[in-house]
Amino acid sequence: MAEKILTTENVRLYYGEKEALHGINLDYDKFGITALIGPSGSGKSTYLRALNRMHDLTDNVTVNGTFLFKGQDIYAPSTDTVELRKDIGMVFQQPNPFPFSIYDNVAFGMRISGEKNKAVLDEMVETSLKQAAIWNEVKDDLHKSALSLSGGQQQRVSIARALATSPEILLLDEPTAALDPVSAHAVENTLMQLRDKLTMIIVTHSMAQASRISDRTAFFMNGDLIEANDTKKMFLDPDKKETQDYISGRFG
Amino acid sequence: MRQYFDEELADLDTSFKEMGLLVSETLGRAVQAFLDHDRATAQEIIDGDKAINQREIALEKKTFEMIALYQPVTTDLREIVTVLKAVSVLERIGDNARNIALSTIHVKGNKRVAAIEEKVGMTGSTVAKMVSDVLDYYVNDDAVSAEAIAEVATSVSDVTGEIREMAIEAMKSDPELVTASTDYLVVAGYLKRTSDYVTDIAEWIIYKRTGKIVELNPGMSSFI
Repeated sequence: MAEKILTTENVRLYYGEKEALHGINLDYDKFGITALIGPSGSGKSTYLRALNRMHDLTDNVTVNGTFLFKGQDIYAPSTDTVELRKDIGMVFQQPNPFPFSIYDNVAFGMRISGEKNKAVLDEMVETSLKQAAIWNEVKDDLHKSALSLSGGQQQRVSIARALATSPEILLLDEPTAALDPVSAHAVENTLMQLRDKLTMIIVTHSMAQASRISDRTAFFMNGDLIEANDTKKMFLDPDKKETQDYISGRFG
Repeated sequence: MRQYFDEELADLDTSFKEMGLLVSETLGRAVQAFLDHDRATAQEIIDGDKAINQREIALEKKTFEMIALYQPVTTDLREIVTVLKAVSVLERIGDNARNIALSTIHVKGNKRVAAIEEKVGMTGSTVAKMVSDVLDYYVNDDAVSAEAIAEVATSVSDVTGEIREMAIEAMKSDPELVTASTDYLVVAGYLKRTSDYVTDIAEWIIYKRTGKIVELNPGMSSFI
């Protein structure tokens, strides 16, 4: 059996009194892409954000259940969320470069963890931009504002910024939903190139994207995990009728 | 993203061509074994048919996956559909090679007619070449040559008609030739059927290239 990098068990999440996730069990092999799909309000993004404690800052949210990253309890009081988010990075739907240069954006995470050596920073910035498949487009303009880039380039800089802290898991919340098809394609390519060295969990509303890029697909509905399976199986012969109906566009 | 799909499409193409070459070679060997009264090779061909069928299943499975995962359109869709359709035809050509091998095992030891066997041999070479040619047309996307193969199929049909006449004459002249002549009829029939199958593949190559579904078999559907 492949090594599990992340396991989540009986995940229940409450907004106030209301239970939004009803006991999700999902675990993840090292490397590869898992797509989380489901209609709006199914809980997939809520679940994704629980994986690196993004709900900590939201009042009124209670997260229960077991979350283990390489055997360590993510929600243990001793867990440092800054360290946690270096290991489990996140990329959002809207490209969110900081309003400074491309270089400073990518170096940001390393600088806040105290790295000052310019040679180390230079190398990491270059490696991360290369991994995010945008190096060739920006290598001559590293000190240009990241805000001057196109949406697709901004998103890949955001991915590079997340990669610069050497995460083991990357969470992606609809990373191409705000992009045109060409930019979305570039971002998908980036993810495909990373699949052999990184564990990625991606929330997507695009069935086509889930089927094209993911190794495994998990289908959420009304706060329940309906089915998680090999993507080929999910798109050819899912076990559950709800999965079949959703994937073939009968609802949602 | 596109590159991953293209790689899978290239793999699909390669597997299809490999299966085609295997089938073409098997057919050539089946005809040769029939002419050489070579029972051992015939048995090998019969045993090897399972491997051809497995390749067909693997290719079908791959095309289903590619359709489900990539929702291909335009030329991509046509290429995948072409492989899906043509692969069944290749499998049936493989079955014909096996059937010719079965006849080889029957005919052993009976009295034979050299003139008919020579014609069967020539037809066999022609048809095996048709199979390998049509694969070249597939590889080169050559719709023009694919269309022209229908004429070769017509000439095969004429020759198998002659074999039929000769076999009937032989049976009339000597009852001891009935067993062998029946097998000549059957083998000629399989070869004719195979050449029709090649035209079916040619039709799909035209579809792949142009998007048009054409009919190249001019309704010569009698077994022989």
